[in-house]
Amino acid sequence: MTAVEVVTRSRIRRGRRRHLVIALLVVLVGATFAVTLMVGRTVYPPADVVRVILGEDVPGASFTVGRLRLPRAVLGALAGLCFGLGGVTFQTMLRNPLASPDIIGISSGASAAAAFAIVVLGLGGAQVSVVAVVAGLGVALVIYLLSYRDGVAGTRLILIGIGIAAMLDGVTAYVLSKAPQWELQEAMRWITGSLNGSAWADVVPLLAALVVLGPALLGQARNLAGLQLGDDAASALGVRVERTRILLIVAAVGLIAFATAATGPIAFVAFLAGPIAARVTGPHGSPLVPAALVGALLVLVADLVGQFAFGTRYPVGVVTGALGAPYLIYLIIRTNRTGGSL
Amino acid sequence: MTAAHTLQATGLTLGYKDRTVISGFDLTVPPGRITAIVGANACGKSTLLRAMSRLLAPREGQVLLDGRQVHRTPAKELARTLGLLPQSPIAPEGITVADLVGRGRNPHQGMLSRWSVQDDEAVAAALETTQTLDLSDRPVDELSGGQRQRVWIAMVLAQQTDLLLLDEPTTFLDVSHQVEVLDLLTDLNHTRGTTIVMVLHDLNLAARYADHLVALTDGRVHAAGPPGDVLTTDTVRAVFGLESQVITDPTSGRPLMLPMGRHHAVSASA
Repeated sequence: MTAVEVVTRSRIRRGRRRHLVIALLVVLVGATFAVTLMVGRTVYPPADVVRVILGEDVPGASFTVGRLRLPRAVLGALAGLCFGLGGVTFQTMLRNPLASPDIIGISSGASAAAAFAIVVLGLGGAQVSVVAVVAGLGVALVIYLLSYRDGVAGTRLILIGIGIAAMLDGVTAYVLSKAPQWELQEAMRWITGSLNGSAWADVVPLLAALVVLGPALLGQARNLAGLQLGDDAASALGVRVERTRILLIVAAVGLIAFATAATGPIAFVAFLAGPIAARVTGPHGSPLVPAALVGALLVLVADLVGQFAFGTRYPVGVVTGALGAPYLIYLIIRTNRTGGSL
Repeated sequence: MTAAHTLQATGLTLGYKDRTVISGFDLTVPPGRITAIVGANACGKSTLLRAMSRLLAPREGQVLLDGRQVHRTPAKELARTLGLLPQSPIAPEGITVADLVGRGRNPHQGMLSRWSVQDDEAVAAALETTQTLDLSDRPVDELSGGQRQRVWIAMVLAQQTDLLLLDEPTTFLDVSHQVEVLDLLTDLNHTRGTTIVMVLHDLNLAARYADHLVALTDGRVHAAGPPGDVLTTDTVRAVFGLESQVITDPTSGRPLMLPMGRHHAVSASA
């Protein structure tokens, strides 16, 4: 076998595993999506669900599936895709799994701003999304500036981000304390994230954000791979480092903020999706698409678990939070053992 | 591949914030030859390489590649002619050797273009040249220091540039691996005519492997030329502040510097 054949074969082999995993993730997301539509207080057979989706009038199902479950499933899947993409972009760019937007305060900023816009300013719909995006970008800028000293070091950025996140969570709690009592259900959304009360009106801005920002991010996949090697090595490979970084940050923050404005900061999805995707696909190829799919799967599965696994219904963020926290602890223990400082 | 590219720095002044590292620097890199830059720690060697490869914008003066300013040349276009291996590049966790070497193909790929036969050929050739083909499926994390350095060199080789700048390619390597890496670079220079510019720590290895030796002190060129002319006791004193003897290396016929220090001198030679 010639050297070229060796290289080509091993590349194809690794690519095949990646494609297989992606296909499997798509199937799993689709299956969970279908289950979300079928299962509930009343279980509808697939035929009924399909008829509702095709626009036929099915007594009972048209309301429950068409008005309640379908927007919920669509919103959950979209938010998961956005959280997964945004999270893995930050983690890859800053070369640290802890540098996820939900750890370093970007989700908290978007959430606090969304809560403020709704409770204090009385805004709704797309306006809330815009406020959340602006706040998310603002937080990203503040963290960047505060941690800047002859370049940005990952550890400093993460610690400052954790501090900012705590502060912003305080702001959210304060704003919610001003909200009327009957909005408790709604309030929970801005603390842990929830898909309760999902409506088509929430879906539209999120879908638009994903359609615009998703491809923009995917187009930067090669440059992101370059950045992983360090700024100097990336520039030497022809990557325009600053421009790429700004593009990545704006797109990732946009996705996170739009998703947060729609569902609240569903805990740890952005943080978990990338590392899980890396574990199942291996290090070959761009992590963006697998992480997005894992994000969607996480949200949909966690929502099913939250709704039906216990006696009472829990918001999706409670479940993902319970999953994410042990992983966070594991990561910190592991980096401590290997002598790293975060 | 031709080695006709000219790389030249004229009146270059470089610095970070309020600190000037290099001032009024002129250098013409001999095409198709090996140039080594030596100097004391923090004398601006790495800064110079960063400026020559567009990573650092000069305060004054310019770097010209084939008569064109590198800072005005689009990044990707430049990266197809001029490659740089920085001092401490980062290997992503778990990445395999072949994938890392494949990253060197970046300047040859468009945003949406697919991986091509040429890409595979370039990666295969780079792996073969650096004798890392049998490591190609291994994670880079698991390799020894010498192997890892060969893999990084393979990555810049996959970039297929006629000019190659390397910032201390032998640091952290034991002596046999240092020689191995430098032999590899010499092979490249001989077989393909690749112009090589490298910053080296070890004066004697620099004198042995370079055709053109540049000695820096305080951000200026103290001496430049063939190692036999440049490596003298005067240069060593001026650049490193060290008394020494320079003899002819019996192996290579190149100059060999023996540091004196305050002890160990046999009275007859002192």
